[in-house]
Amino acid sequence: MTAVLVLLGAAVGAPLRYLADQWARSRFGGGFPWGTLGVNVFGSGLLGLLAALPAGPGLMAFAGTGLCGALTTYSTFGYETLRLLEDGARWHALANVAASVTAALAAAAAGAAAAHFIAVLP
Amino acid sequence: MSVADGGTARTVAAVSAGGMLGSLARYGVAEAFPHAPGGFGWAMFAVNVSGCLLIGVLMAVITGRPRVHPLARPFLGVGVLGGFTSFSAYALDVQRAFQAGAPGVAVAYLVATVVCAPAAVYAGLRVTRPLVRRGGRP
Repeated sequence: MTAVLVLLGAAVGAPLRYLADQWARSRFGGGFPWGTLGVNVFGSGLLGLLAALPAGPGLMAFAGTGLCGALTTYSTFGYETLRLLEDGARWHALANVAASVTAALAAAAAGAAAAHFIAVLP
Repeated sequence: MSVADGGTARTVAAVSAGGMLGSLARYGVAEAFPHAPGGFGWAMFAVNVSGCLLIGVLMAVITGRPRVHPLARPFLGVGVLGGFTSFSAYALDVQRAFQAGAPGVAVAYLVATVVCAPAAVYAGLRVTRPLVRRGGRP
């Protein structure tokens, strides 16, 4: 059952990442991987929130492992970083790594803080 | 971005199907190799780095071959490998290691993954590019 929930979440998360990337490319161009950065930060924030609530095992499988897991990606992040390096855009590559890691961790912390705030609501 | 045209709808469906397969594999690996809250997340480290190696191999094939199926990159790259690897699971692993009072493990895991990921992409590309060039032109 858990595996089915993971599958359902991933069925939504992966195409959302693709569509967000397409939108970011049309909006900002293909020079910097804004789309991947955006989904990675958003997904990390949402997973931070779900983990800190804490969400039940079913919701965690669907929205955490499935949706957030598939919405975010490391392979595309790695590939786009290497492409920037190969194209000689070293500072863009470094900025992509620094921004992705710090913003994703900050988002996860913000998500956890939001969960604690939700927990004290009446 | 119009989902209405058939090409885009097929691409989105391929990404979704691939994402399901990749995520199921990631879930399987994570379940098979759990780690303690303050421990090094070897499972996600291996998933993310091997996914990066494989996208290097895939992109060398896709960009090196004259004819590749149009759904190969959406299905295998964006879908399977995108769904297999996960930035949110990485961020949560780092956060949990910090919370468990293991800042050394958190930083080691954080740095090891972020350094090994592009290096693995590079290795995949470097190993595959000459093979594709040789095989592509008879």
